[in-house]
Amino acid sequence: MDLSLTPEQEAFGATVRAWLKTNIPHEWKSIGSSEIPRMEQYEFLRRWQRTLFDAGFIGLTWPKEYGGRGFTFMEELILQQEMALAKAPPILNVLGVGMAGPTIVAWGTEEQKKRYPAKILSCEEIWCQGYSEPNAGSDLASLQTRAVKDGEYWVINGQKVWTSFAHVSEYMMLLARTDPNVPKHKGITYFLLDMKLPGVTVKPLRQITGEAEFNEVFFDNVRVHESQVLGGVNNGWAVGLTTLMYERLTLGFGLQVRLRIALEGLIDLARRMEKSGRVVTKDPVMRQKLAQLWIDTECLKYTGARAITKLLRGEMPGPEASTGKMAWVDTHQRLQELAMEIEGPYSQLWKGSDWAVEGGVWAQSFLRSRANSIEGGTTEIQKNIIAERLLGLPKD
Amino acid sequence: MDFGFSPEQEMLRATARKFLENECTSGFVRARMEEPAGVTDEFWAKLAEQGWLGLVYPEEHGGSGLGFVDLTVLMEEMGRVVMPGPFFSTVLLGGLAIREAGSPAQKKEWLARIAAGRGRTTLAWTEPSARWDAAGVTCAAREDKGGFVLNGTKLFVLDAHLADVLVVVARTGEGKTPEEGVSLFLVPNGTRGVEVKLLPTMDQTRKLCEVSFKDASVPAEAMMGVSGKVWPTLARVVERATVALCAEMCGGAQRVLDMTTDYAKIRVAFGKPIGTYQGVKHKAADMLVDVENAKSLTYYAAWAVDENAPEAALAASMAKAYVTDAYRKVAGAGIQLHGGIGFTWEHDLHLYFKRAKSSEFTFGDATYHRERVAQLINL
Repeated sequence: MDLSLTPEQEAFGATVRAWLKTNIPHEWKSIGSSEIPRMEQYEFLRRWQRTLFDAGFIGLTWPKEYGGRGFTFMEELILQQEMALAKAPPILNVLGVGMAGPTIVAWGTEEQKKRYPAKILSCEEIWCQGYSEPNAGSDLASLQTRAVKDGEYWVINGQKVWTSFAHVSEYMMLLARTDPNVPKHKGITYFLLDMKLPGVTVKPLRQITGEAEFNEVFFDNVRVHESQVLGGVNNGWAVGLTTLMYERLTLGFGLQVRLRIALEGLIDLARRMEKSGRVVTKDPVMRQKLAQLWIDTECLKYTGARAITKLLRGEMPGPEASTGKMAWVDTHQRLQELAMEIEGPYSQLWKGSDWAVEGGVWAQSFLRSRANSIEGGTTEIQKNIIAERLLGLPKD
Repeated sequence: MDFGFSPEQEMLRATARKFLENECTSGFVRARMEEPAGVTDEFWAKLAEQGWLGLVYPEEHGGSGLGFVDLTVLMEEMGRVVMPGPFFSTVLLGGLAIREAGSPAQKKEWLARIAAGRGRTTLAWTEPSARWDAAGVTCAAREDKGGFVLNGTKLFVLDAHLADVLVVVARTGEGKTPEEGVSLFLVPNGTRGVEVKLLPTMDQTRKLCEVSFKDASVPAEAMMGVSGKVWPTLARVVERATVALCAEMCGGAQRVLDMTTDYAKIRVAFGKPIGTYQGVKHKAADMLVDVENAKSLTYYAAWAVDENAPEAALAASMAKAYVTDAYRKVAGAGIQLHGGIGFTWEHDLHLYFKRAKSSEFTFGDATYHRERVAQLINL
């Protein structure tokens, strides 16, 4: 067991550190409360991701020929840690970088791999994820969006929902049913869908925060060329799932990093706020809660390190790779609840009020955090997966 | 970076698992619960033979010179079988204090004896105030005729009734801070004025004693380390013992999870194995998350301690805070998912449930360690 870095890795960390110091834009003020890019930040974050791409600090583990650097997960981990310490802005194309890119690298034709991944990293093309439907959420495999072959084209009809970034996306990872006559997992195909195709309609959905960060997407006879199938017809379930483990790890690093930034922000907040005439950080109960969040946040890092070690050794990740999302959700939601508790009555004030603490940003991210235990697989589904796949409990 | 165990460590785990499954059965544990000794001479000799009593002592003193990451593996396996007996008190409390604070002569005499299974010791530290900080040390050591005279009461002392020699934490003076004036003494059990009383305990696999000192005289050579200045050394010892305890707790928690999932697969209710129901699945998944997180923080702390990393104290406190809550929750959930059978004396679950509880209050509970974390991150 050795948590120390090689001299080369230390040097890489130093390079990243120095670069971040001079390249994080001055106008960026990390409040540290939000893990998801907010709409008013999109243009800024698009430029920031481009800057990262030009400097070679994104997609580290992706192959060089497809826009990445060909590094190991170790460099990725170092990069993410330095980003956290520097309180760097988040990346905008988070679903593209976290999911679409690695899936295309794993399953794509040479043509697809040359065409898409680099533009994902540079943020020239933002991606969204077309999985959930009004009648297919947790039971994703029962999705009903249909794709029917017509010559060289597939004709898509149906609807997706809760689609984050759809309103600003160039492409969608689309799961559609290509064969309704086989068991539900076996008739699904994964498409790389151009969002500008005729028949694609995006309708913003206003969410709990009042913003419209996610959408409904309707497909009305959308004609997709067969070259846009990823990983073979009727193989969509496998394509969607195989890379999930790796995405969980890379997204997992990122999430841990954002959590650490949020926690530092929360501690700053606690140092400035008072409760019953006493600074929050002097209150024994609040100290307990802050310390517990610190422990839980650190814990995610070491659980991640155990999983990465298995990958670096060429072994299959064990249970520790699967518990990350659940642990992260629990920690982050508690963090946001604690922010409200620290602000006390001030947490009621919304942006626009001069009295709102930090412009009311914590209230916003508190509301946003309710989605964490639903998006990307509900906590209940995660628990079923853990119980069945890791503990071997019987399926219903 | 490689945050995993080496092939040698995995081999140690396999050896320990096999040995303990054969030698430290539920029947063995239950028999030891009923008697004061908590261990048989035969079993103790076998631990010595395996080299485990001297695992973390230097080779020059008869040990194997291994580190806390190696020890973590062994402790997890010992926790898995709720191993009774004075291993912890001898090897990780008294013995470790001698390793860290003892004079060359004290180390030479005791470490080799402990490693060979011919000497037992413990640490007499906490008092009726039940404090884990330096201010809790009130037992007095007064200089007298070239030696010291001890007066006071130590409580919650592990296995003092089995120890040949006690490492006693006593106050030789007052200073500007409570840490100043704390000293350590090596006191042979049976010294006139030292009385050891075995106490009935909820967790019968852990034997706790009251040790009282009434004008107990010890010679000047009994002192370990520099008079009045050993608190930092003691803190180091306790920090290390805490990490080892966390590992033992992780092993116990993992075993409860294993027992519970095995049971959920075979116990049938309403025509199906209970593991089919989400009410059971979700609780089991929560248990797994607790166990895995507990391991992550424990392994990190073991590494930090081995490396003498500056964050070792923080790592140990993070681990103890988390693992304490995790083992308690997991052991409780284990009973709940077993239902009535889990509440019986016959079933082994209560051994783990009680060990979780006794471990909770050994070296500071979760609340104490969270406050320490708060201090160490400058909150």
